[in-house]
Amino acid sequence: MNMSNTLLAQHVNPNLFNSDVETAPNRNGYGNGLKEAGELDERVVALSADLVGSTKTNIFAEAFPQRFIQVGIGEQSLASVASGMAAMGKIPFIASYAMFSPGRSWEQVRTTIAYNGSNVKIIGAHSGISVGPDGATHQAIEDIAIMRVIPRMVVIAPCDVHEAERATLAIAKYVGPVYMRLARENTPVITTIGSPFEIGKADIYLTRDKAHKKTVGIISTGTVTYQALVAGRTLNEKGIGASVMHMATIKPLDKAAVLAFAQEHDVIVTVEEHQRMGGLGSSVSEYLSEVFPKKILRMGVDDVFGQSGTPEELLAHYKIDNASIVEGAQKFLQ
Amino acid sequence: MHYLTDEDVRSLELKANEIRQSVIEMLVEAGSGHTAGPLGMADIFTLLYFEILRHNPKDPFWEDRDRLILSNGHICPILYAVMAHSGYFPVSELLTLRKFGSRLQGHPHKETLPGIETSSGPLGSGVSQAVGMALAERINNPYSSKYFYCLTGDGELDCGQIWEAMMLGGKEKLHNLIVIVDRNGIQIDGYTKDVMPLEPLREKFESFNWDVQEVDGHNIRSINDAIGKAQAVYSQPSIIIAHTIPSKGIDVFERDFRWHGNPPGLGPEDFVKKSEQAAVALKKLRTLNGYINTHEYE
Ligand SMILES: Cc1ncc(C[n+]2csc(CCOP(=O)(O)OP(=O)(O)O)c2C)c(N)n1
Ligand SMILES: [Mg+2]
Repeated sequence: MNMSNTLLAQHVNPNLFNSDVETAPNRNGYGNGLKEAGELDERVVALSADLVGSTKTNIFAEAFPQRFIQVGIGEQSLASVASGMAAMGKIPFIASYAMFSPGRSWEQVRTTIAYNGSNVKIIGAHSGISVGPDGATHQAIEDIAIMRVIPRMVVIAPCDVHEAERATLAIAKYVGPVYMRLARENTPVITTIGSPFEIGKADIYLTRDKAHKKTVGIISTGTVTYQALVAGRTLNEKGIGASVMHMATIKPLDKAAVLAFAQEHDVIVTVEEHQRMGGLGSSVSEYLSEVFPKKILRMGVDDVFGQSGTPEELLAHYKIDNASIVEGAQKFLQ
Repeated sequence: MHYLTDEDVRSLELKANEIRQSVIEMLVEAGSGHTAGPLGMADIFTLLYFEILRHNPKDPFWEDRDRLILSNGHICPILYAVMAHSGYFPVSELLTLRKFGSRLQGHPHKETLPGIETSSGPLGSGVSQAVGMALAERINNPYSSKYFYCLTGDGELDCGQIWEAMMLGGKEKLHNLIVIVDRNGIQIDGYTKDVMPLEPLREKFESFNWDVQEVDGHNIRSINDAIGKAQAVYSQPSIIIAHTIPSKGIDVFERDFRWHGNPPGLGPEDFVKKSEQAAVALKKLRTLNGYINTHEYE
């Protein structure tokens, strides 16, 4: 076991930093989790808008054809149909690409789901810049912001396939509106099958090397937590004590964890596949600015649209890859 | 519209075939993208860009040009291919499709590529934009002879916004607006009749006060005639339901909804192995589905 592995939390995949680390798209975890949720609770129903396969809702649809509704390409209606079903006692999961749901259906989500207190789970697949070659029209990098600002809405971005599965089961049990964003690509498996998951709980996946004097606390969400972890390892190797906290639940924010993390590190760096405005970084900044003002570097897309490219090219270009995080943290500490 | 001689029709068909080959080469090089829609719409796009549209590829911002709004942005490989072949940009640039830094974005971006009238990809908003353009033109110049062509998918008709715009177009009697629907019977999750039945479609459009025609989307002469008639309608906007075959031109890919969003090399393997899909596709096109003999291309 190499040195950096000793910094990893127990429930993190010990193979994480090896080149043969297992990978899977986290939407698979949602697909399997939804089927399990359907087995556990017959009130669970699923709806999709002509994206059953790519959102992995097909696993549930095949197991429970009676409890699956294909609404056609109509995301605004999708949100409100789900609200109607919730009013009749169902627990609807609606799945599409994040750009279209909740991207297109924002007002329907706000009024007919959140304002009604409807127990609807909105699954936004293919979120973030790593959607890649499809280009800017399909890269949802504003979704956290537009969902986070709606009262009552819980916002979750799992880091990998296992966490997505556990999160799906958890949100099926939770009563109230939830938005969960997923990624398209195969990404490294960060957690293990038995890792804990609780809505609203942050988790420290990598703890800094206590020998180093300068310290940085990295807070990340979604599948780029992998980039944050690799950056954290590199920083520790370079003599900077870097810890990485994964924030699976962006809202409600785990305030206690954020405060403690801020108190323990010289600076905070946030990382997300999202605009720098309005997402995780903003949430952390809003909170800390009131209780523990702190230097915070928000890494994300800087107020521009995305473009076509491979996920790797785009993560590097928009400075959300591990090399950019290392560079950003080093400069920020100076 | 003009009268097409038999030679004109023949040369447009051959041009469409050449353009289909470009589409295949682009998709193969990109390693992702949509096959069925672009191939199915190749005849219509070739006719539009080489016969119908009043445009100037060397001056894409020419004020008096007709406007072509691609609402179903995912079929942009066919738009890029006809644009290159008609002189907007070098044909060699087609191979940059979907790559980092390319003007040929995975879904069209108005600002990066002159000649693209609007950005699209998210479905359902093209007819509204075409209605908006036609309304503005009526204010600018009540005697305008510009036409506004809007292309949509048939799955795309599931989108409520399409019908909001149809209602407005009918109300405003936008006679210079011509919508062409790619009625290929497929969408992502399956056949349109299973995902969301659209029929009776003609009657739906008629009840929204549009002039409706149906046409074989691979018969150059019929499409040409239908567009000519649509141009002549003066009291209503027009819609042409173009019956097309998804993946037209490559019989082993045709009519299968699973070719909606896969490039050759990643498509269903019922008839052709993934590793051979690209070569088979190009050969099918070059030999007109084996109808003519050509020397072996490998
Ligand atoms: C608003 C919106 N929802 C979903 C999608 C994903 N999507 C892309 S193409 C497509 C199917 C469109 O069907 P159709 O218009 O018939 O196109 P075809 O498959 O025939 O090319 C879907 C659902 C989208 N692009 N936009
Ligand atoms: Mg179709």
